[in-house]
Amino acid sequence: MADKRIDEATQTETVGHEWDGIEELNTPLPRWWLWTFYATIVFAIGYCVAYPAWPLVKQGTEGVLGWSSRGQLADEMSAADQARTSVREALARIPIERLPEDGNLMRQAVAGGAAAFKVNCVQCHGSGAAGSKGYPNLNDDDWLWGGDLRAIETTLIHGIRQPGDAQTRMSLMPAFGAVLEPAQIQDVTSFVLSLSGREAQSAAAQRGAQVFAQNCAVCHGTDGKGLREFGAPNLADAIWLYGNSREAVASQVTNPKMGVMPAWDRRLDPPTIKMLAAYVHSLGGGEDFVEVAADPAVKVDEQP
Amino acid sequence: MEIVLQRAGLWFAVLLLAVVAAAMAVDSGFAIHMTIIATAAFVALWVSVSSADYGAIARGILRMPSDPGRYDDDPIRWGVIATVFWGVAGFAAGLLIAAQLTWPWLNLEPYLNFSRLRPLHTSAVIFAFGGNALVATSFYVVQRTCRARLALPGLARFVFWGYQLFIVLAATGYLLGITQSKEYAEPEWYVDWWLTIVWVAYLLVFVGTILKRSEPHIYVANWFYLAFILTVAMLHVVNNLDMPVSLLGSKSYPLFAGVQGALVQWWYGHNAVGFFLTAGFLAMMYYFVPKQAERPIYSYRLSIIHFWSLIFLYIWAGPHHLHYTALPDWAQTLGMVFSVMLWMPSWGGMINGLMTLNGAWDKVRTDPIIRMMVMALAFYGMSTFEGPMLSIKSVNSLSHYTDWTIGHVHSGALGWNGMITFGAIYYLVPRLWARERLYSLRLVNWHFWLATIGIVFYAASMWVAGVTQGLMWREYGPDGYLVNSFADTVAALHPMFALRALGGLMYLAGAGIMVWNVWATILGHLREEPPMRDASYDAAADRPIVASAPLGTN
Repeated sequence: MADKRIDEATQTETVGHEWDGIEELNTPLPRWWLWTFYATIVFAIGYCVAYPAWPLVKQGTEGVLGWSSRGQLADEMSAADQARTSVREALARIPIERLPEDGNLMRQAVAGGAAAFKVNCVQCHGSGAAGSKGYPNLNDDDWLWGGDLRAIETTLIHGIRQPGDAQTRMSLMPAFGAVLEPAQIQDVTSFVLSLSGREAQSAAAQRGAQVFAQNCAVCHGTDGKGLREFGAPNLADAIWLYGNSREAVASQVTNPKMGVMPAWDRRLDPPTIKMLAAYVHSLGGGEDFVEVAADPAVKVDEQP
Repeated sequence: MEIVLQRAGLWFAVLLLAVVAAAMAVDSGFAIHMTIIATAAFVALWVSVSSADYGAIARGILRMPSDPGRYDDDPIRWGVIATVFWGVAGFAAGLLIAAQLTWPWLNLEPYLNFSRLRPLHTSAVIFAFGGNALVATSFYVVQRTCRARLALPGLARFVFWGYQLFIVLAATGYLLGITQSKEYAEPEWYVDWWLTIVWVAYLLVFVGTILKRSEPHIYVANWFYLAFILTVAMLHVVNNLDMPVSLLGSKSYPLFAGVQGALVQWWYGHNAVGFFLTAGFLAMMYYFVPKQAERPIYSYRLSIIHFWSLIFLYIWAGPHHLHYTALPDWAQTLGMVFSVMLWMPSWGGMINGLMTLNGAWDKVRTDPIIRMMVMALAFYGMSTFEGPMLSIKSVNSLSHYTDWTIGHVHSGALGWNGMITFGAIYYLVPRLWARERLYSLRLVNWHFWLATIGIVFYAASMWVAGVTQGLMWREYGPDGYLVNSFADTVAALHPMFALRALGGLMYLAGAGIMVWNVWATILGHLREEPPMRDASYDAAADRPIVASAPLGTN
């Protein structure tokens, strides 16, 4: 320690060691540093007394506040459940046809449905319910299986083409690639596209009209406007589930893709399904029971 | 001759084993890895039996001065080049994955998708860039502060090349889909075993050099290096205890499962931060800051107290990564309070670094390398305050799983680890290559500003993104239902993700300037420019104290 010296710039003594030219000052610990360190230790001890902290033989200390993360979760869940109990009970009691009469309950059902939709439905239908190729847009008024509250609820409960559910929405479009000649498929594609004006009238379309009448009209209707009993889409409008290009339509005729939606009664309780129906109905395309009944071309879905 | 035969025999045995393992491998990734190992063993075999002096050839290519009688600096020169190379690779990978998060079409399946590139980025910057910086600087510092040449010089070279092989195996493994899915410990069992061998060799070289020192005391930087080497060895071995499915396949299963596995993983993960990225880099700070500032360390007493409190407290803090999980409440509490108590011990290093500038604060204005080191210490202080704060359970319930964590990590990694490493590299290169000075100190200044502004973009955008995310996840409507879907919260972050990528681009551009500057210095160029301050260097004093052997024979 013979090399101790006073550093000129700081007027502090060095420790006396030197390594490759590096010396060390013998500055005492900064007081604010030391006292803040002590304060964090005091806080730590206090926190350990208040909360579960020390492992013992069978379980840890529980802390004088009696707090536990499981207990906090259970409290918050039960508080949330209680807040919703009256709404859920009311929803369980009311038939869905009567729901629109109770404006307050309807509003809460829509809010709950929006939350349930974000968890269960956005994966296919998108967070804005606008769908994508193969997954219907739920914001428009183009409904494959019906758009009144009851019809939407039925679709939710039983799903679409859900194996093992006797009442599921079921239909099967044949693969016309095995039935029609390739030329006939091209013709009927021309006809289908002419229905919505995507292609001009042509000789091919006129030949296709005949093919359509013999093979397609039974489900899609003679005017091509679809039939909800079979979930057969309207081919005369501008909305296309699998694309509106010539190739997409021809491919759908040759070897059709058909969507599947789960039967949600296996996962969700009836009030939640009612909420989802109310939410989807509220998106913009929901149909009134009256409006539906007044339109003779559309059958009200009366499945229970 | 006997030694040559032994070495050659060893490499030949490794070569044979690797070839057999490649031929009988049960999965293609393992076969590729064994082929890489066989190639490496073949090269090592060739170098051992060939009479050519590869050291001299490498010195010629890399313009390295030979220095008999001086310190054993060849592995350090390679290490500096490796640090710069892996740094740029790691930053570029980071920029790419930041862009992939912003524009998902940049995911190129299957080899270059986000999930394979993300561990490539983290391992490249932590273990390849940071690890090479730590190995190289520790070899440099331990020799200078012990006034002794490296013990076991052959083993020191094995450490360098063995570590590069580890990096190559880890990186190619990620791209091939070989991973044990433990964060920052992704490499599979055989790569872990290899790293263990390399790491033990590293420990032997380091401790051996300390044992043959010519100084009476061990300098504080060496305490930190030793704590880093020892603790990382323990962490690595315990967290990678697993059972290979087959000795000829890459897959293994860990010994610890469920919440025990999670606890061990985050005991490892947090102490990788604590001992690799904190203790190791503090060791760098304790040498290069006083050398560049040419000032004594601020407080010897503070360095003792903060060293022991830091290493005692850090090792318990891991459970704060598992707040509000299946981990028992008592363990979460302990993880939190030990993290809170870590605040001042961490700041001890910052104080000792910054206050070392007492009497030389003007150098922050005139010396761009000091400026870089001071910025590193400022970011170190900021992120070691943020860390204890984020470990508090009520804060963590908002921040956990959000981008706030990413921002926190990067203010530490880019600000602290990156900047202190850049400072050390700029200090080392002219001395290691016996150049008068760096090619350009003005370019260091450019690097400094690009990196600093890049970090600000990065950290600020991730703070905003993290808090936004946390608040959106917990937002309830008036009827008590969640307001946002997960996809909504992702969409809301898009502009922040783009700003993050911009920050990363600036940081990478700064590193590009460093490559230019380092390369030109190695080539011996000097840029004509108005001078800036730099630390002085006495080449005559920069040599070991050799008691008996005359110069040139050591």
